[in-house]
Amino acid sequence: MIPENFIQSNLQGISFIGPELILTLAILLILLVGVLLPYWRHRILFTILAVAGLAGSVLPLWKLPQPAPDLTYLSNLFVWDWLTFLSKPFFAVVGVLTILLTQVTGEIDNSEYSECTILVLAVTMGMMLLVASTDLLMIYLAFETMGILSYLLVGIRARDERSGEAALKYVLYGAFTSGTMLFGFSLLFGLAGSTDLLAISQKVAFASQHPQDRLLLIVAILFFLAGLLFKTASFPFHFWCPDVYEGAPTPITAFLSVGPKAAGFVLFIRLFYPLFATGHDATIYEAVSGLDWPSILALVSAITMTLGNLAAIHQNNLKRLLAYSSIAHAGYLLMGIVSLSDLGLRSVVFYLVVYLFMNVGAFAVVAMVASAGGSEEIDSYRGLGARAPYVCVAMAIFLFSLIGLPPFAGFVGKVYLFAAVIYKKIYWLAVVAALNTVISLYYYLRIVKAMFLEKPTETIQIQVPLSSRVLLLALLVPTLGLGIYWQPLARVVSGMF
Amino acid sequence: MNSLYTYLFLAALLFSLGIFGVFQRRSLIGMLIAIELMLNGASINFMAFNRFLAPDPIVGQIYTLFIMGIAAAEAAIALSIIVAVFRRLRSINIERAQELRG
Repeated sequence: MIPENFIQSNLQGISFIGPELILTLAILLILLVGVLLPYWRHRILFTILAVAGLAGSVLPLWKLPQPAPDLTYLSNLFVWDWLTFLSKPFFAVVGVLTILLTQVTGEIDNSEYSECTILVLAVTMGMMLLVASTDLLMIYLAFETMGILSYLLVGIRARDERSGEAALKYVLYGAFTSGTMLFGFSLLFGLAGSTDLLAISQKVAFASQHPQDRLLLIVAILFFLAGLLFKTASFPFHFWCPDVYEGAPTPITAFLSVGPKAAGFVLFIRLFYPLFATGHDATIYEAVSGLDWPSILALVSAITMTLGNLAAIHQNNLKRLLAYSSIAHAGYLLMGIVSLSDLGLRSVVFYLVVYLFMNVGAFAVVAMVASAGGSEEIDSYRGLGARAPYVCVAMAIFLFSLIGLPPFAGFVGKVYLFAAVIYKKIYWLAVVAALNTVISLYYYLRIVKAMFLEKPTETIQIQVPLSSRVLLLALLVPTLGLGIYWQPLARVVSGMF
Repeated sequence: MNSLYTYLFLAALLFSLGIFGVFQRRSLIGMLIAIELMLNGASINFMAFNRFLAPDPIVGQIYTLFIMGIAAAEAAIALSIIVAVFRRLRSINIERAQELRG
């Protein structure tokens, strides 16, 4: 016999997953249109449907009650807090930018376009579910929804040699790490006898006092770190990243480099802070006694950024170079996680928002140059500044922002991250990060130098269509704007924790 | 037989065999099977803990059902990608897939 109020509360909970339901409707609609019009040659219809679905998915958010840290719904599977509230529009923006980039670059064939939009929407839905989950079962399901569908996205160009190989490597690494993560979850379940994060956190605080249980906890943490480090492309699970980013279609690469990576970082916050940190003393947390995970992660962070930056120096393929740069950025972002303070968490979220625009921007330029007759190799960027000035100035701005030079948004984001670790007196990590920023200057500026200071090999103007220019402008405005006027975003973010 | 540790040992054995298989196998199908072994190890863990430590809500068994579903989806996707790669390479040896490197 199911009690009446159980049904009532679950029915009320459905309104909280409005964004996901609207995305599901959009997916079904695109599927239907794709079947009814199999020889439809215009991509614009699918683009409009997908963008409308993503835009519509954020509408129900404003009708919902004020987010609160303890407002759970659907039998405690999900939580409705500020992190959830702000992450959902974030992922909708990621999805919209990806769809628009696919539309303007034409890198994916018309025959595969409707499937591509469906998969982007479905992965976005998985990410939205993941950031709201507070239950190990739901976390695993959302994690796999996001993961399994993104393997397909990477291999969407079935006839392309590199796309297939990239998908193969992605699926093998991904299945291996998610299996490892699952084993870690099973150990946590054994320790707590529940899959609810709140219930587990109470057991963890208790178990960390006993040497036997503490060992089990450490093993569990190490196992499920595998899944998180894989999604965020951090050491030692970063090997897939350059291959997958190079082989995948460029708009999909842009999507993977911001979407699942951001979802991975939100999951970091979701798992580590409620479970393994206590003593919320205004702004500072403390790691559960006996488990020194912040030091482990600090080491991972330092190795990740150094490896990424050193490997990027030798790259001649721009997608590969940006892949290593995204590994390095995962290292920078981990700095915010290890700092164990509200300032650190805010700086992670702030940097993710900034990173979204500048990184998608850099990949967008690569995609546009490649589709306008250039290539992804750095050689074809020689003297491009004279042949396509607008695109090259945009690229230079994105790269300067990725380095973290003022007055661009990346600078403000980096300042917050550095402030977080310095505030917690982890000086060695700040020094490593500063040295890494200097290393990264070299390879980012190598592209800028090739574009503006070297002699062009050809003299023909590269024609970039108007739609591409508008999309670039839409990415440039936040990259510049958040560098000069970042207070609104900082205020929104500081309300979260 | 009827103790928690028997099952935990079996689960750990399956899981480590899976990890060993992923690193040792060069055939894509073999690697896929090894990954399934890892998932099964986790499933046994969930059910054993459920049976011996927290029997009231059957959440561990439900978790296992979901793992089976996810594993099937993962295998379907992985196999379709392997078939696509096989068409081009005429081989299911992972060593042959090295177009992307550097």
